[in-house]
Amino acid sequence: MSKQLMVDARSVRKNFGSNEVLKGITLQVEKGQVLCLLGPSGSGKSTFLRCINHLETINGGRLYVDGELMGFREKGETIHEMKPNAISMQRSEIGMVFQKFNLFPHLTALENVIEAPIGVKKISKSAATEKAMELLKSVGLSDKAGHYPSQLSGGQQQRVAIARALAMEPKLMLFDEPTSALDPELVGDVLDVMRKLAKSGMTMIVVTHEIGFAREVADRVVFMDGGVVVEDGTPTQVIDKPQNARTKAFINSVL
Amino acid sequence: MSETSNNDDVVAVPLRHPWRWVSAALIVVVLGMFIYSLYASPNINHDIINKYLFNGKVIAAAWLTVVLTVVSMLIGTILAIILAVMKLSTNPVLKMVATGYIGFFRGTPLLLQVVFWGYLGIIYPTIDVGIPFTDIIWWSEKTSLVFTSLVAGIIALSLNEAAYAAEIVRAGILSVDQGQAEAAKSLGMGSGYTLRRIVLPQAMRVIIPPLGNEFISMLKNTSLLQVVAVMELYARTSQISSQNLAQVELLVVAGFWYLVMTTILSFPQSWLEKKYGRGFSVVNEKARWMRIGMKGNV
Repeated sequence: MSKQLMVDARSVRKNFGSNEVLKGITLQVEKGQVLCLLGPSGSGKSTFLRCINHLETINGGRLYVDGELMGFREKGETIHEMKPNAISMQRSEIGMVFQKFNLFPHLTALENVIEAPIGVKKISKSAATEKAMELLKSVGLSDKAGHYPSQLSGGQQQRVAIARALAMEPKLMLFDEPTSALDPELVGDVLDVMRKLAKSGMTMIVVTHEIGFAREVADRVVFMDGGVVVEDGTPTQVIDKPQNARTKAFINSVL
Repeated sequence: MSETSNNDDVVAVPLRHPWRWVSAALIVVVLGMFIYSLYASPNINHDIINKYLFNGKVIAAAWLTVVLTVVSMLIGTILAIILAVMKLSTNPVLKMVATGYIGFFRGTPLLLQVVFWGYLGIIYPTIDVGIPFTDIIWWSEKTSLVFTSLVAGIIALSLNEAAYAAEIVRAGILSVDQGQAEAAKSLGMGSGYTLRRIVLPQAMRVIIPPLGNEFISMLKNTSLLQVVAVMELYARTSQISSQNLAQVELLVVAGFWYLVMTTILSFPQSWLEKKYGRGFSVVNEKARWMRIGMKGNV
């Protein structure tokens, strides 16, 4: 059963000091599924996303990606912390796109995309460049390869960031509010790229406030609040016919 | 503004600043008088200055000063990067060692440290390489032969520099947005790779200007090595003046060469700043200046 699961979170808990941000999240994401995580700020959705690629270490429960426990090794009943190298290996198979793009400002768009394939995957520069140019073309930016991030608009930067993540050929893509920092007129281009990616069969978990995008692209929508999953279902179920009062209130406030 | 013209340029009579002119003139006069007094003084022998300005020994000493500066700065900066990373690490032992090191070397005068390294042979007469707590010794040498005054001087300058530069490097690393390291991590980069390829190149932009300052301080601090008999520029000129008793003349010679060297050594800085400013657009820089200018005028 767990073979078809890309993400298998079982009662995941996370606290920062005495502040418990995730209070037992149980969530399974199948391979090829596009899941949108909705919720008010402070609901723990971004933290959960960061737990999936072990940018945050969980304090309780278990979190598996593609059948592998993230950040730890299981030996019978006990679990051991993983060595940094092994964690890096796990992360290299999970792409992440950030709200603030986090492109490397001292590198051009092309250099941003080829840095990790060359440095981490040890792919030759020519092969990495060829692949990167393809990716930049697929996000509509082949003419911006030589530009530095500061010379690109927010929407262009975010598309380069998506290309950069895809260059590692990830099996799972995490999007942490990818359009929240963008001017309204630039949101569309980024969503188009994500829509295309969803159609290609990529497993995606998207934290977003774009209800329209969730309704159209997501296979499944999860609404989180106060560190727990409040509602989980198809876009129609969660967005159009929410059962829970908190979900209703949130959907009404953002629509 | 004429009423027949559509041109709405502001043509105003500029505000006069008479006191600027008066104060500038005053400064020129005073400075001129001072320079002339030095030039015309019967107590300063210009022939001696001319004789030693391009003297072979003086130029060799100036060259040694440059070598000392560059070598000490290089070693100091490499140590500084290591110390900065140690101080930022989560390992409490490394953190404490780095903090202790910086505290010690910043807390004692450089002159004291120079003399200490010069006297190392008194504390440890020989240097032995072997297995501790046994009588097995593979190699042994008199300390004074290994730690010559030149080596002692370079060690003193670089260890001291490392303590100061470590804080500069640390500030540079801290100036890089946390999101950069996170993005690198999420791409599977390890911490060493992230530091080398992502964080340090960006930190350089912040590190280089204060490090340029350190470079110039270092150049002048090499003169402290006079006390351990390293024949750098200051030691050489004061040695000459102790023979011909032309102290002021040789100070002028030394001062001239220090100025020449600090001026020349400031050129690489602007080149490095340009190099590491890549991607941080010049347009923004200009805009920032214009904003500051606007505030000043409004």
